[in-house]
Amino acid sequence: MEDTVGGTRAAGAVADEAILLARMQAGDDDAFEACVRAYSGQLLAVARRILSHEEDARDAVQDAFLSAFKGIGRFDGLSRISTWLHRIVVNAALSRLRARQRRPEMSIEDLLPHFAEGEHQIDPPAPWKATSVAILQQQEARDMVRGCINRLPETYRIVLVLRDIEGLSTEETAQLLDTTLGVVKTRLHRARQALRSFLDPYFREGEA
Amino acid sequence: MNCREFTEFLHEYLFGNLPAAERAEFDKHLAECPWCVAYLDSYRKTIQLEQAAFATAEDAPPPVDAPEELIQAILQARARSS
Repeated sequence: MEDTVGGTRAAGAVADEAILLARMQAGDDDAFEACVRAYSGQLLAVARRILSHEEDARDAVQDAFLSAFKGIGRFDGLSRISTWLHRIVVNAALSRLRARQRRPEMSIEDLLPHFAEGEHQIDPPAPWKATSVAILQQQEARDMVRGCINRLPETYRIVLVLRDIEGLSTEETAQLLDTTLGVVKTRLHRARQALRSFLDPYFREGEA
Repeated sequence: MNCREFTEFLHEYLFGNLPAAERAEFDKHLAECPWCVAYLDSYRKTIQLEQAAFATAEDAPPPVDAPEELIQAILQARARSS
């Protein structure tokens, strides 16, 4: 998912990244504006996935561009501008997330499987519909899944978004969250299990 | 292996991170436990659903631009800071 931000549209809009970069490094105002217009939509989409508040997401995008422009002289151009900006906006959004007044988190334990004495799950898993993923062609179903992701406890939701949706590695995620690889792996597994619990009523066979 | 152990480490199994001997234990448990087969399948589908919920459909229009007011705010903030 390297080019999460740099879709075809942005690539088309910025025909030659090397030229754009050189112009920005020379202080060309038009080049900075071209960069903002080319990438701000994709960066806003990334920020919205991390921050559920629109105002926070917009502020994170602004923070990201200002940070990027401040460091433009140090950017070597070895990665794509879109990849570079993606990392910066993820950082900016995480900073906003940390600064936001944190609500008490619900415990994730209730959303994880529970086991009886015979070591079987107390609520035995039922098969899911074969068409579960195809259902997401419908906008309503996509909104429902996004809503379930947003219901996850924040500590777990952010790991799931960074790893499964933004495509960051375990190492990158651990570094950004200032934690260990083991913690990231455990939180990701539990986040997926909890999300599975939220989705189960919608996708198990026999449900409408 | 029991269902608790399977469930605790199924992500390692799913992504091929286990040595052959441990993988064989998981395979043996799956051959005997339809509940864990269902759980593994739904866990795999959960990951696919997460990604599909945010993916851009092939026939979808290009992503919308950021609001003009945001673009202007960024450009003005840059002008102030430079």
